[in-house]
Amino acid sequence: MPNLIGKPVALIDGLKKTTGEGFYTDDMKLPGMLCGKILRSPYSHARIIRINTSKAEKMTGVRAVVIGKEAPNKFGVLPISRDETAMAVDKVNYIGDCVAGVAADDEEIANEALNLIEVEYEELPRYLKSSDSLKTVPVKIHEHSQDQTNIHKSVDQNFGDVEAARKASAYVREEEFDFIGCNHAFTEPLVVIAHFDADDRMTVWTPQQVPHYLHRALAEVLETPMHKIRVIRPMVGGGFGGKSDPFPHEMIAALLSRKCRRPVKILFDREDVFLTNHGRHPTETKIAMGIDREGRISFLDLRAHIDGGSWGSFGVVTTYYNGVLSMGPYAIPNFRYSGKRLYTNKAPCGAMRGHGAVNSRFAMEVMIDELCEDAKFDPCDFRLKNLLSPNSKTVNEFRITSIGARECIERARAASEWDKKFRKLPHGHGIGVACGFYISGSAHRIHFNDLPQSTAHLKIDMDGGIAVHCLAAEIGQGSDTMLAQCVAEPLGVNLDRIHIFSSDTDADPIDIGSYSSRVTFMAGNAARQAAEKIREKLVNAAEAITGYSASGFILKDEQVIYAPNPGIRISFHDALQKALAKNGALIAKGIYQSPPPMGGKFKGANAGLSPTYSYQCYVAEVKVDPETLEPRVLKVWAAHDCGKALNPLAVAGQIEGCIHMGLGQALMEEMVYNRGNILNANFLDYRTLTPMQMPEVDVIMVESNDPEGPWGAKEAGEGPLLPILPAVANAIYDAIGVRLRSLPMTADKIWKAMHEKQATRKARAKAVVA
Amino acid sequence: MAVKKQIIKLKVNSSTHEIAIRPYDVLLDVIRESLNLTGTKRGCDMGTCGCCTVHIDGRARLSCLMLAAECASTDKLTHGITTIEGLKDHGVIHPLQRAFAEHGGSQCGFCTPGFIMTASALLHSHPKPTRDEIKEAISGNMCRCTGYIKIVDAIESVANEYQKT
Repeated sequence: MPNLIGKPVALIDGLKKTTGEGFYTDDMKLPGMLCGKILRSPYSHARIIRINTSKAEKMTGVRAVVIGKEAPNKFGVLPISRDETAMAVDKVNYIGDCVAGVAADDEEIANEALNLIEVEYEELPRYLKSSDSLKTVPVKIHEHSQDQTNIHKSVDQNFGDVEAARKASAYVREEEFDFIGCNHAFTEPLVVIAHFDADDRMTVWTPQQVPHYLHRALAEVLETPMHKIRVIRPMVGGGFGGKSDPFPHEMIAALLSRKCRRPVKILFDREDVFLTNHGRHPTETKIAMGIDREGRISFLDLRAHIDGGSWGSFGVVTTYYNGVLSMGPYAIPNFRYSGKRLYTNKAPCGAMRGHGAVNSRFAMEVMIDELCEDAKFDPCDFRLKNLLSPNSKTVNEFRITSIGARECIERARAASEWDKKFRKLPHGHGIGVACGFYISGSAHRIHFNDLPQSTAHLKIDMDGGIAVHCLAAEIGQGSDTMLAQCVAEPLGVNLDRIHIFSSDTDADPIDIGSYSSRVTFMAGNAARQAAEKIREKLVNAAEAITGYSASGFILKDEQVIYAPNPGIRISFHDALQKALAKNGALIAKGIYQSPPPMGGKFKGANAGLSPTYSYQCYVAEVKVDPETLEPRVLKVWAAHDCGKALNPLAVAGQIEGCIHMGLGQALMEEMVYNRGNILNANFLDYRTLTPMQMPEVDVIMVESNDPEGPWGAKEAGEGPLLPILPAVANAIYDAIGVRLRSLPMTADKIWKAMHEKQATRKARAKAVVA
Repeated sequence: MAVKKQIIKLKVNSSTHEIAIRPYDVLLDVIRESLNLTGTKRGCDMGTCGCCTVHIDGRARLSCLMLAAECASTDKLTHGITTIEGLKDHGVIHPLQRAFAEHGGSQCGFCTPGFIMTASALLHSHPKPTRDEIKEAISGNMCRCTGYIKIVDAIESVANEYQKT
């Protein structure tokens, strides 16, 4: 029986956070620290003719000014799509693009200095929608886009024979969906401190989900070897993908500090955060799907135009994910996908919780509901009939191992009393179901190399404290606690012995960070492996002390116990002292590396490959207010296959948080633009769900015990967002009989859909009379 | 042109400080920058996230919307300001601070001090709130991690403890 695995554990840094002792980047002050500010572009698309910084430089209290030409090297989170610079070099690409940076003695001086920078622009044609960027354009946003368009990335994939399957299908549906852009809305604004010190070393403190990628990007931009740069991640006030790119403001702080050799802090306000964005891509999706008479999906044909904004960011991955992550948990024999990501003159889009999978998942699950309606199948039965099998391959050669999708559907169905409610609730009151499928870490490395994706170092000295070093970023999701559990379990010790160091590129071995829902699976395995090596040393020490065979010992409750005769036991402390004698501190290393080539041989075969996948099935119950048409989600039954809940408290927290964020996109969140300006760059106008609007959630943890996950665990951070949006849309249909294919599903859209439906009905009635 | 600073008296966490402020300095800046009480967080600067919630004379207030000068203590009137650091009673961690940690009411933790200040003011004035009353009371605080459920659980658990005693 495990000590800690599977038991609810409070986050090991919880009390620090609740008492205000938690230390975030903006809580830090260094001697002589300056205030950094950024001059932003007022134009959507313009050439920079001239920049004059001399007046700003001469101002009393100004210590450094930087512009784009001083650091023109390109960076970007994906090495295959580097297109960002620290600041605009000769052209600005959106309202809010960084043009210059200033470091001054205080904020007032810095702001005044920004006003003294003279920039002469020549306006260029601007492209604000995907459709503007698809066609031939007079001036491209980036030189490397396709032909004379702003197409950043095209993906075309074709498996099986979609056309033949379409002809043979008993029912076919084809619909268009429209998704808005939304922002992570983490509570801690972006902030950075950079210090170029007397030893010519650059230290950067920043709330990063991926310190390692920032480390690489800083080396590119500063033209400095990585070992001369140190990235430190203090506590992170929420990320959700929005702190996973290397950012221009991080480069600007470093450049300013290098120029004046003083620490520089750049603290963003909320508008700056919205202007930096990297949130969910606005997307237009066209989907065709067919089923046969028995209710099996015969084909899926998907097209997506993805509005990327001004930079590449994770966009190549987003483009693939919109297609390849839409099929699971279903076995679909024929699949075609055509996706295009377009550069537009707006704040860049990037990775946001459920990256690339949320919008096409919505389209897919609503289509299933529509086809079930056409063919008179129960949506739960239909989904059960179409599931992938364990230990199988998808048509695009994803390796499927553990799959708890069946149990997810069965348990959500039973708990929600689906069979008593579906199509049986009174008008205005409805129930809907949807599934989900997500990667549990990307098997493919974005930097082509053979390094492990995660490394953990362990050290135990005579004090009995266990230091765990691993660069997996704790961003509030509880990864430090997870690492501590993975180390404590093999060693049979209490969590308070364990000290996690996961924030410093100088001291902590590389883990490629908190994105793609990879940390529990990969860093958890690395930490466990290191702890198992230390465990060996301790049982050998126990053998040396007791004379009984090392292989008979178990470690539990801070004791090393001889299992065949539990009366024979020594304390963890005594075993440790014996192991340390003549050796010194016990040191061990664990790594995680994805299994060797897992996917197909076609172009893009790596995208979406994961050592394993998570599965979900949610049922949502909704009421639509008869007067205001406001939809209200009453309850969600949320079944999620996380492999094994290492910490059920944290897993439930992830599921509930995902539902909150997903419902925001479903019901109210939207970045609103007018002529390239973001109109709602604040939390008054960019609304998220309040506690009053949050539904009751019945969390159902399904444990499929993945053969390769640590103690069977898979991801729980992103997949649980996917099904909530379509489950609500399907419930609204059940409640009032209208289909919504555009997010957010606001009362005005429901009103419009109801009136369109009535108009169609009247027109039909007239036609019949005539 | 630098604006002339004035000295005010600010009583924070039972200590009185003499601080030079500009007339337009907000309480949040003075708490964080002058007094280095960084447990009070800055999330939006416009009263929309609640991360900067403190107590002023026992009531939960948004320190980003209060001028520091408004909170000054004079010979006639003393305003008592409490921040998250002052919630500990003689070194004993407040029950809400334990409950938020134990119930999973804090993930990234950035909003947590604000929630705890709001919740402690609620329980002080209204020790037996219903679940709906708790939700209403914390509606001005924003959390992006938890979906609020475990925050309400944490507050409710402390309210239940109070009711037992």
